[in-house]
Amino acid sequence: MSDHTPGFSTLAIHAGAQPDPTTGARATPIYQTTSFVFDDVDHAAALFGLQTFGNIYTRIGNPTVSVLEERVAALEGGTAALGVASGHAAQHLVFHTLLEPGDEFIASRKLYGGSINQFNHAFKSYGWNVVWADPDDISSFEAAVTPKTKAIFVESIANPGGIVTDLKAISAVAKKAGVPLIVDNTLATPYLWRPFEHGADIVIHSATKFLGGHGNSIGGVIVDGGTFDWTASGRYPFLTKPRPEYQGIVLHETFGNFAFAIACRVLGLRDLGPALSPFNAFLILTGIETLGLRVQKHSDNALEVAKFLSQHPAVAGVNYAGLPGDRYYDLAKTYLPKGAGAVFTFRLKGGYEAGVSLVSNVELFSHLANIGDTRSLIIHPASTTHRQLSDEQKTLAGAGPEVVRLSIGIEDAADIIADLDQALAKL
Amino acid sequence: MDHDHYADAYIRSILSEVKTIAIVGASANAARPSFFVTKYLAERGFKVFPVNPGQAGKEIAGLLTYATLKDIPEPIDMVDIFRASEHVPQVVDDALALSPLPKVIWMQLTVRNDEAASKAEAAGLKVVMNRCPKIEYARLSGEIGWTGVNSRTISSKRPLRLGQGVQRLSLDRSGWKK
Ligand SMILES: Cc1ncc(COP(=O)(O)O)c(C=O)c1O
Repeated sequence: MSDHTPGFSTLAIHAGAQPDPTTGARATPIYQTTSFVFDDVDHAAALFGLQTFGNIYTRIGNPTVSVLEERVAALEGGTAALGVASGHAAQHLVFHTLLEPGDEFIASRKLYGGSINQFNHAFKSYGWNVVWADPDDISSFEAAVTPKTKAIFVESIANPGGIVTDLKAISAVAKKAGVPLIVDNTLATPYLWRPFEHGADIVIHSATKFLGGHGNSIGGVIVDGGTFDWTASGRYPFLTKPRPEYQGIVLHETFGNFAFAIACRVLGLRDLGPALSPFNAFLILTGIETLGLRVQKHSDNALEVAKFLSQHPAVAGVNYAGLPGDRYYDLAKTYLPKGAGAVFTFRLKGGYEAGVSLVSNVELFSHLANIGDTRSLIIHPASTTHRQLSDEQKTLAGAGPEVVRLSIGIEDAADIIADLDQALAKL
Repeated sequence: MDHDHYADAYIRSILSEVKTIAIVGASANAARPSFFVTKYLAERGFKVFPVNPGQAGKEIAGLLTYATLKDIPEPIDMVDIFRASEHVPQVVDDALALSPLPKVIWMQLTVRNDEAASKAEAAGLKVVMNRCPKIEYARLSGEIGWTGVNSRTISSKRPLRLGQGVQRLSLDRSGWKK
């Protein structure tokens, strides 16, 4: 299709995938192999020297994984992507590419709990220092900028849900500070929100969630927006200094507007090693083919469930940005016109005891720690993921004793509501 | 001619038509993009002539290097310019002095000179600016997807392998029409 820009659903099915050149296979084959033969010695040398495109070894790249990479890059509107073993691995490689020991980055306080742990503990041991800011107070991001700041990190829709981040405002802070804005777009997916259109420079995903969408594979993706000028400050040596690993190549000069994705691959993935399995890439790719259909249904169902809960006598309140009157409703209207996603929290009048009993009363909802499955999922953070925290810490993290988190699936909305109705009736 | 956006069909027709390419400013340093591009295009079946006065008579990526365009003993279809934008007018003048005339003037990523482009177009040449032929070939053949790069193309036609190797693709796609 020449010079006509395909729409989202077409890209979700076709981007990155072509019939297999040797067999004609139309579905993307699972290239379950560690390694690839070279045409000759010169070809091998060219591949290792980054002089040509091609496959060497599955830790560095694999033709099944690369279809996933190109597809997510196309859906996000980025220049290139890198598939990795998990969402956490994606974050690890992004920061490894940007930061040196002693550097700082600013992160939104409202993040997936696992990311808060990664930043507070694992990253600190590398000397990468997180400075927390409050997404509801943009000035806290401005105030956190120091000469050591190298990046800003936020989630578009923040886990445990309900929070919509004002990307345009935070991107303005990043631009003024001359640092890239990294957006974790896991909860929104590019179907609901394309952060590059609102000033993000790098997007990451836990593909484990809605991209794969069927709760069967862990995976992560890094997407390069191709927007950031790595040379302006000279503070990103992985991109702007001759690399001794590759006979002195300067990555931004050689790879232009997809140099960041290449750097994450050839300096991060190659040396740190969190490669995505081709089989997982295949399952995630199959999931992505229906991404638009699923996420619309997830989001429509979530709105119905949120409305039901907001009128239920056992419920003290619902935090869903799709509900008129919600504190994030206006931001959701700006950034999320198709729907506010499928993950949100609500508060029970009966507190901790009610939360514990609700998760045991449900029959359709699964009580587990994931989100973004076709199935509806429920968790009571205070008794599970956030158990170790004090009551005050729990409340600050949006996981007070009375809070329940839902990830609404794509079953029939009436059945999802009926299950919550019967479970609430037993409190 | 809109030099901010090029249709894929325009780029594809250029890369399918040209057989001989002179690379003005080719470097002998294997870490430089101009070296990569020279080598890559030669490996994709183009007949490539590096042009670099400092390297004249020596080889770049195994190819004999010439001091100037007019020293090249064969008609040149495309002149690919790896020089800063301000040096482009001179290169275009040299190209327009060739007989037969080249068909295409190509300026590399970050290289752009609209005046020189108009002059070449007035002489009947096609012009591409601020693009890399290696990236464009890899994008339109499908090779670039192997590195996770967004090719901004989709196709239900099977890519064809190029030559004897397994890791090279042709710009053509399968189909009965030949
Ligand atoms: C928003 C968000 N980012 C990142 C992650 C981490 O991803 P993974 O579990 O694939 O490492 C998660 C997982 O829950 C998440 O919800």
